[in-house]
Order: sequence, then structure tokens, then C-alpha cells
Amino acid sequence: MSDPTALQPGPVTTDAQATTESQATAPVGKPSSLWSDAWHELRRKPLFIISSVLLLVILVMAAFPQLFTSVNPEWADLKKSLQPPSSEHIFGIDIQGRDVFARTIYGARTSILVGVLATLASTLIGGLFGIVAGYLGRWADTLISRFAEIFLGLPYVLGAIIVLSTLAPVSSDPSRLRIMVIVILVMALLGWPILMRISRSAILAVKHSDYVMAARGLGASPMRIVFRHLLPNALAPIIVVATITVGSYIGVEATLSFLGVGLRSPVISWGLAISEHANYLRTAPHALLFPAAFLSATVLTFVMLGDAVRDALDPKLR
Amino acid sequence: MGRYTLRRLLQLIPVILGTTFLIHFLVWNLPGDPFAGRCGERPCNPAYIERMTELYNLNDPLIIQYGKYLLNLLQGNFGEDFRGVPVAETMAEVWPNTVKLAVVALSIEIIIGIGAGVLTGLKRGGFLDNLVMISTLFLMSLPVFVIGYLLQLTLGLQLGIIRPTVSPEMPWSELIVPGFVLASLQVAFTARLTRASIAENMRADYVRTAVAKGLPRRRVVGVHLLRNSLIPAVTFLGTEVGALMAGAIVTEGIFNINGVGQTIYRGIITHDATAVVPMVTVLVLVYLLATLLVDLLYAVLDPRIRYE
Repeated sequence: MSDPTALQPGPVTTDAQATTESQATAPVGKPSSLWSDAWHELRRKPLFIISSVLLLVILVMAAFPQLFTSVNPEWADLKKSLQPPSSEHIFGIDIQGRDVFARTIYGARTSILVGVLATLASTLIGGLFGIVAGYLGRWADTLISRFAEIFLGLPYVLGAIIVLSTLAPVSSDPSRLRIMVIVILVMALLGWPILMRISRSAILAVKHSDYVMAARGLGASPMRIVFRHLLPNALAPIIVVATITVGSYIGVEATLSFLGVGLRSPVISWGLAISEHANYLRTAPHALLFPAAFLSATVLTFVMLGDAVRDALDPKLR
Repeated sequence: MGRYTLRRLLQLIPVILGTTFLIHFLVWNLPGDPFAGRCGERPCNPAYIERMTELYNLNDPLIIQYGKYLLNLLQGNFGEDFRGVPVAETMAEVWPNTVKLAVVALSIEIIIGIGAGVLTGLKRGGFLDNLVMISTLFLMSLPVFVIGYLLQLTLGLQLGIIRPTVSPEMPWSELIVPGFVLASLQVAFTARLTRASIAENMRADYVRTAVAKGLPRRRVVGVHLLRNSLIPAVTFLGTEVGALMAGAIVTEGIFNINGVGQTIYRGIITHDATAVVPMVTVLVLVYLLATLLVDLLYAVLDPRIRYE
């Protein structure tokens, strides 16, 4: 190509406006992909910037809770039970005499772990089935779709209650690791059909494109077609749904823990803290309101992030 | 239409069979002792185990077990709870309360959700639009029980506008706040769906034609636009009936409403699986039927959809 601008140093496209212009005239260097387009779009969005900053804070909180508080969240002083917020304990004291601020900070790790891992698991299971159903079609599609319908017939929270009350009965006393693994697996077990539907329709949308035909004509193996051609082009909707799913799973985890079938006491969880203090709403609202505020802010972060990413990745809306 | 209804009903059968099988399997046949932790803090007493084994035919092979369970369900025999009270009796007592709550929640979804969606969809980018978009974002991220406790604390305990818990007679006026709590998430989604749908259809050819031939705006919006734009919202409301029922577990617990949700919740807390399972099964059936009803409603709303 003899376009001189291709030789100029520095970024050629500074914003989406320039990107579309350069695309309209002549491709400059490497044509910008959907992803770099989306990135340019995202960088200018206040919604995206706010949610990324919030996400960063939450992630740091989950990884290094010691940075925010030096109080041991397990340390209990029953004499102080349910004390309102003071300069010493800015969020007050909970029913067991533990510092609410420390417990709220440490709760971030649980929520993020459960939300992200459960989403990852259901995206992997759902994505795999979706690809198989979308790519193979015919009887594989029918079988997988009908199977998914059975799981979709079960309302999410209800299904989780049934499975959890069997796998980890309310009276049992499982270890921290065990109960977290169980909750994550159950959420993935019930959540995969939604991601399967998304990835199936995403694969179906690109399956008949010319480049897939060309790849097949050149003798590419099914594996290569799926992983080199189909998946990269079908990834956008899956990523959007997965981002929002992390938020809703964090809410579901809190709801299940609140109902008493999810995480149990040695685990520090926002839902658990809310459930423990529901009966003291009148006398000590602080022990419930602070975890609730952090929980809502975290879910809000992921929903906003998913919203922003969807707007950027969906060219139809632009 | 008749043939379509029949076909959908037939398609429903494998799903119902699959779902009830899944519930039965998950409760009684997962690896491990099904009676571990079923009877509170103590191990189950042998008489109870014997009774349950007999009632649910747990010694039979899985397929026969399930067949007998299904037969019992079909005959309206839902089993007995912990204390020997037939579950069917409890259900007759609590179902009307939940239906009442669900009706309030659905009306709120339709009035506020669709109302806000139509208003903002017609005029995008204004103050009202931004207000609705931001407030729906918040509604979407506040878990139901957080909204419930917030409203109970502020409106009920601090301001004294509502009774913190609903009285046993369940007057409609006391159900408004619990109904709103139950509907909160769906209100947000309905508003956004309707907004997107209206905004998309505003650019449709038939709307331009209707405006061009001089129809009054009220008729363009009320007849031409609304009928075509409400389909996604109706679908959503129908499929979310199940979520509404599941959300009732939390809402009824907070506001002390003696409904299905609270009975299920109590069943879980007292480890009474035999009461929980049939209740959940019925909820799932209600959910599946609601989905079917929505599919049929399509035809009424949009005659272009032909079911052949």
C-alpha cells in the first residue's frame, strides 16, 4: 500500500470519529477491529470510567483487605454487641461484637470469588454446549436445547434452594472451602442454559458467513473453524452477558446466604451479615445497612460495566 | 390457533416430566444419605425414615419411584409435612395470599414499568429519560431483600407511613409496598424493554405512514405504536412470573405475609423437605403454564405471527 499516512509514527486514530473516517476512505495500516473500536468508544463513556474505577476498588478490596482495615474481622467482643457507629468503629459493631467495617471489607472477597467463579463455570459449560449445539445443529442442537429447557423451567432461586438444601442441609456444618465450592457449582449448574442460549445464537449468526465457508473450503478442521473463526466473532455477546451475570450472581449468592441455604457462618459474606441482623433492624440498622450498601454498589458496578460494554460492542446501537 | 395450542401443550409435557423428575431426583436421589439433616438438629427417627421411604417408595428403582410420585401428584396427593398436616391443605390456605400479592406486583409492573417505558421511549434524551434510566439502574442492582428492608425501615419504622408487617387480613392498601418490593427488579427491566421497543418502532415505516396520513398523535401512539411495541414487554412479564414467585420467598418473609413463599422458607429453615418439594413443584408448573400463556398471547397481539 502506498498510503503515506501508514508510515507516520504515533497513533493514527485518536477517537471513534477518526476511526470511522479512516475506514471510510482507505484502510490505514491494520484496520481497526471491533475490539479496538469498542475500546475507543468505551474510553469516552463516563459510565464505563465510573464503573471501572469502582471495580478496581472492589478488586483491591477483595485481594488485599488488610490495606483498608487492620482490625481482625473474626475478633469478637460481646460486651460491645450492636454498638452504633463511633470514631473507633466507624460502621459500628455487629450482634456478635465484631467490627462491621472490617467484616464488610472482608466480605468483598467472598462475593467476588463466588460471582466470578460461578460465572466462569457457567460460561464454560454453557459456551461449550452452545458451540456444539450451534455448530453441529440437527439432533445435537435438539438434544441440548431440550435439555437446557428443563433447567430453564426451574426458577433460579427456587432450584438453588432445592439443590442446596439437599447438598448442604441447613443443619450441617461444612467447612469454608466446601460450602463455597458447593454454592459455586450449584449456581453454575442452574445458570449454564442462559449462556448456552446466548452462545448458540451467536454461533448461528456467524456460522454461514463467507469466511467460514472459505475456511471450510480450504479444508480447515472443525476445531480450527470453531476456535479461529467462529469463536472470536461470536465472543462479544457472550462477554456482555457474562459481565452482567457476575453482578446478578453476586446478588443471588447474597439472597441464598440471606435465606440460610447458601454460605454459612465462618465464611464472611454480605448476605449472611444482612440475614444475621434482620431481627435487629429497629435497634441496630447499621449492622444491616452497611453490608447492604456495599452489596448493592458491587452489583451496580457490574451491571453498569455490562451496560457500557454492550453499548460499545453492539454496532446496531451506534 | 387451536392446532398451535395443542402442539404447544404437547411440547410442554416433556418439559414438565423433565422438571419434576429433576426435582424428585435432586431431593431424594443425590449421592449420600437423603435423611442426613432432614430432621433438625437430631438424626431422623426410624419411624419417620420408614414412613418417608414408604411414602416416596425410596426402595424401588428410580423410574418406578418417579412414576409413583408423578401418579400421586396427578391425583392431587401432595404428601404430608413434618407434623402430618397434608400439604394440599396448607397450600389451599396460603395460595390465595400469594396470588393477591402477585396481582399487586404485576399491576405495579404494568402501570409503572410500561408507563415509564412509553413516556421515555417517546421522548429520549430528556430529563425524565435520564431519571428513569438511572433509577432503573439502581433498581436492577439492589437485591430484593435490601429494598425490602430499606422500605420497611424508612417507611415503616422511622416515618410510620405503612405498617412494618402486613396484617393477617391482607387489605389491599397494605400490600402496595410489599408488591412494589416484589416487582422492583421487573419494573426496571419492563421500563427499559418498553423504552427500547418504542424507540425502535418510532422509526418504523407504518408509524411514518400513520403520521403522514394525518392521524392524531394519540391514535398513532395508542393504537399503531403501542400494540406493536408491547410484545417484548408482555413476553418478559409472562416469563418472569416464575421469578416473581421465587422473589415472594424473600418479600413474604420480610413483610410477614402467610403465603407460598413464606411456607417454603419456613420449610427450609425447619428442614422440612417433604413440605417444600410439592410446593416448589406447583410453583414450577405455574411458571411453565404462564410461559405457554404468553406464547399464545403473541397471536392476539401480533397476527403476523403464524403458528404453522
